[in-house]
This record gives sequence, structure tokens and C-alpha cells, in this order.
Amino acid sequence: MTGLEVRQVYFSYLDGLVLHNINLSVKAGEMVGLLGPNGSGKTTLIKLASGILKPTQGEIRLDGSSLRQLSRRFIARHIAVVPQQFHVPFAFTASEIVMLGRTPFLRPLSEENETDRRLVNNALELVGIKELAQRRFDELSGGERQKVILAMALAQQPKLLLLDEPTVHLDIAHQIEILELVRSLNVGQGLTVIAAMHDLNLAALYFDRLILLKEGRVWADGTPGQVLTEAKISEVFSASVRVEPHPLTGVPHIVVMPKGK
Amino acid sequence: MVVFIKLRRNKLILVLLLLGVSLIASLLLASAFGAVDIPLPDILRMALNKVAVFDFPATWRAVEETIIFQIRLPRVIGGVLVGAALATAGVLFQGLLRNPMADPYIIGTSAGAALGFTIAILLPINLAFLGFGLVPIAAFGGALATVFLVYNLARVGGKTPIISMLLAGVVVSSLMAAIMTLLISIRDRLLLNLHSVYSFLMGNISATGWEQIAVITPLVIGGVTCARFFAFHLNAFSLGEEGAGYLGIEVERDKMLILALGSLLTAAAVSISGLVGFVGLVVPHAVRLSFGPDHRLLLPASALAGGAFVVIADLIARTMLAPVEIPVGVVTAIIGAPFFIYLLRHTRKEYAF
Repeated sequence: MTGLEVRQVYFSYLDGLVLHNINLSVKAGEMVGLLGPNGSGKTTLIKLASGILKPTQGEIRLDGSSLRQLSRRFIARHIAVVPQQFHVPFAFTASEIVMLGRTPFLRPLSEENETDRRLVNNALELVGIKELAQRRFDELSGGERQKVILAMALAQQPKLLLLDEPTVHLDIAHQIEILELVRSLNVGQGLTVIAAMHDLNLAALYFDRLILLKEGRVWADGTPGQVLTEAKISEVFSASVRVEPHPLTGVPHIVVMPKGK
Repeated sequence: MVVFIKLRRNKLILVLLLLGVSLIASLLLASAFGAVDIPLPDILRMALNKVAVFDFPATWRAVEETIIFQIRLPRVIGGVLVGAALATAGVLFQGLLRNPMADPYIIGTSAGAALGFTIAILLPINLAFLGFGLVPIAAFGGALATVFLVYNLARVGGKTPIISMLLAGVVVSSLMAAIMTLLISIRDRLLLNLHSVYSFLMGNISATGWEQIAVITPLVIGGVTCARFFAFHLNAFSLGEEGAGYLGIEVERDKMLILALGSLLTAAAVSISGLVGFVGLVVPHAVRLSFGPDHRLLLPASALAGGAFVVIADLIARTMLAPVEIPVGVVTAIIGAPFFIYLLRHTRKEYAF
């Protein structure tokens, strides 16, 4: 198992370069947070890692094989993605949405079998939303929906879970719940996790390794203590902050310093 | 969980059975009534005499047998095909585009077919191919050519964003409608045929014989069957193109195939009925609101419901103001719109887009 390897990756949309010579190696079982200001390329990097965007230059390897050579179906059996939000226009129930996670394993006319049902059931249980199974997805709250999507991703039985700012629209209780859950999957089941995060403090608390992006380049890569320094945060976010040790865990805790005070 | 899955299977069988029976009932009803009413038992005996070794004594006049087999049945079966094709195409387009207003005509099939139809009337050519005159062939070709044009206009860098496709569809449709109107206003030949142009635009099942049915039937049955292969993928498309991609769908390939399939079904329907409106919009919505959004049930159920709906609508169009025939599209709209509003207001599974 070599996990995910990003080699000299450049990426540009039609209107300009977004990622510039990215080199990363994420080993199986790691829990990695991507940080950076809006537009620094976090989401793009997540999409490249999921294979739905292809690098303009360079390559990304999953367990040694280039994503370009792998079919979408194969990739979806190994990598699951939880985006910021899904909008579902039809009245699917939560369990039907979770069952969508089995899509890469189903043949066009085959019905889901015992295994699929068991995995959906397990995923609902793992995320703690069994009681939501028959509720309509579009009637759930934002936090509940995000858990359903997480359960769907888990039903894919991924080796690598990619999350794109999974907590961005959630209240603090749901943010913690989601991150605790992801953390426990990482520790308990060895699930490799790469997540774009916007909240530096939560990132410091839940991730062992942080990667700081600035204008499409890797600015820092290391433990929270190495990455979240006052100097680096000021360079990347142009914000003035003070970094103190977290009272309980000792990881960096960022205190925002309002201007003019 | 297992219980729910079992319920789902039973529900699928029950719903399809129910709709299948409704379709057969509507077929019989539509065969029985018309300018001449023929008793149902007679129709059944005639049919059994035709298809099997039965030999019921003829309690009916020979002319009644001719009416049934040469006039009414082709038309009734034409109605089933049109309804099944349009409803299936509607499900495909709504599912793919995730757009509540999507119908089989949304990306230009209707305007293309109408323009093809108009041009064919203009041309002084008499051509027949597999029982089809130039006019239906031109409508069929016009519909497909337009979708091809719209798809390629919207294509940028190996991708065809849905929003570009919808916009290209609107623009191309307007342009083609304008050309059609221009042709109508400058050509006497078209003015003479204004009634047939009008009847095409409003929708009018004009299958005149078994030859056309024999060509369209495999197209529609094949299309409806192929559509079922995309049921899982369409469910995944509910999450959007990106979400479908994460679930292992080859998004661009599937999009092209689903569009091609939906357009082919629409073109097949249009070639024998003109532009019957509302079926492709209202039937998928009604079925989804009644039985849920899972495409494994939605696709076959919509095909059956669409078939029954058009057959009944056509029966009403033929008989309500007889001997005057109303365009079937008027009936589908008059029944469809209030029914749709009722469903929207009274079903718990209301829409949230």
C-alpha cells in the first residue's frame, strides 16, 4: 500500500493556472488536512485526487497506478468523496441515498443483494443515523444531510476518503460530530483521509498532518505544530493571529487578533 | 432494512401490474369506441380469431373487423407507442438535467421536428420508405439533427455542461421556429397545408397503417428497454454530474448516451404523432410523486402510464366532439395540467427543487 501520490501536478482551468507543481505523498492510514485561503486550490486538489478532474501536467497515482489509466468505476470502488453539499432534486429517502454508494458495485440490471444491504445498514449505524433511514433526504437538516452523504461514502467501502470542507455549513456541534466520526474511522479502520478544511483550529485538533496551500503551491507540509505558526499563517492568510498551545491537547490554537485593538 | 427492500420489490411488481392492467383496459376501451361503437366481446373474439387457432363464429359485420384492424388498432397502438416513448424520454431528460421543467422537447427536438416537417411539405417530392412518407421522415431527422447540433454547440473542451446545453437548446429552438414561421408566411404551398402544419404542432396521432407501427414499435420497445439499463446511473445523477462522477459514472459518456436515447424515442414519437405536449412532462412527475423517484420503478411505470394516458386522451380527442376531431395534444394538456396541479397539492412527497 502506497496510498496516494501526487507527482509534479499542474492544473489550470480555462481561465488560468490553479495548481502549480504539487508534489505530495499520502500513505495509507494517514489523516491529512488541506488548508489555505479561498482560491488557493484545496477543492481543485480534492477533485484531482478523486479523478474527476485530470491534471494538465503530471500525474496522480493510487496505490501505484495512475488515475488516468483507471476507470471511474474502479476509482469509485477505492475512493469516496464527501463534497460541501449535495442538492438532490428528487424525494429520495436517506437510505436510498446511502444505497447510491453501492453504485460502483452494481451491474445495470442487477438488484442490490444481501451484502449491499448489510453495508448500507452498517454505514447508517456507523454514522449513527439509523433512525433517519426512511426520512426524506431533502427534508433533513444540513448536519443530518452531511451525515447521510458520509454514510453514502462509507457504503462505497473506500480505502481513501476525500472530504471537501465537510463542515463548512454546519454548526459547531455537527462540525465536531463529523470530525470525531472521521477521526474514529481513520483510527479504528485505517481509512486514509484527506480533507480540505477552512477552520484552522479544528484542523489542528483532528489531523496529524496539515498541508498549507498558497496560490496553488504547497507552502508548508507537516504536523500542526510545524505548519500552524504565526509566521506561516500571516504569510498565507495575511491575517494577524496569535498561536497558543491548546489548553487540553497542546496543539496550536489560533487566536484571532482584531485590527485596531 | 430487509423488510423495506422486500416492500420495494413487492411495490415494484404491484405498481407495474396495476399500470399494465390499466394500459390493457385503455387499449380495449379505445378500440371499442369511435365513429362506430363495437362491443368489447366482439373485439376480443376478433382478436383471438386473428392471433390464435380460435374460430369464433362472426357475430359482427365484416366492416367492423376492418375498422378494428385497419383503422382503430393501428391508431390505438400508435398512441401507446407515442405515450410510452414520450414519458420515457421525459424521465430520461428530467433525471439527467435535474430540471423539473425538462420534457422531451427541451433541447430542441420539437423545433427541429417542426422545421423538418415544414420543409418536407415544401418539397415537391413524393417518397415513401418503410411505409413512411417524406414528412414523418423529415420530422424524425429534424428532431435528431437538432439535438446533435445543440449537443455539439454546447460542447467545450471535451465536456458538455448541462446549462450550456439548455441555453443552446433555447436559442436553436427559437431560430428554427423563426425559420419555420418565415417559410409558412412566404410559401403558398405551406399556406395551403396550414391545417396539417397546425395539426402537427398540436399533436395528432396519424399512424395510418401497420407498416409505420411495425417500424416504430421496435424503436420504442428497444428504447424503453435500453433506458432501463440507465436506472442506477440516473439515480446517481440525482446528486449532480460531479456526484455521479464520484460514484463511478462515466459522466460525459452516459450523458451522451442518455441524450441520444431520449432524443431517439422523442423523434420516433414525433414522426407518427407530431408534437403531443404535456405527456413527457406530466407523466414522469405524476409517477414520481405517486411511487417515488427510484428510476428502476420510475422508468417502466412511466412508459406504461404514458401509453395509457395517450390512448385515453386520443379516445377523447376522437369522440368528444365527433365527428370533429380535436388534436390529441389539446386533450393531454387539458387533462394533464389539472391532474398535475392536484398531485402537486395533495401528495406528501411534494417537490423541493
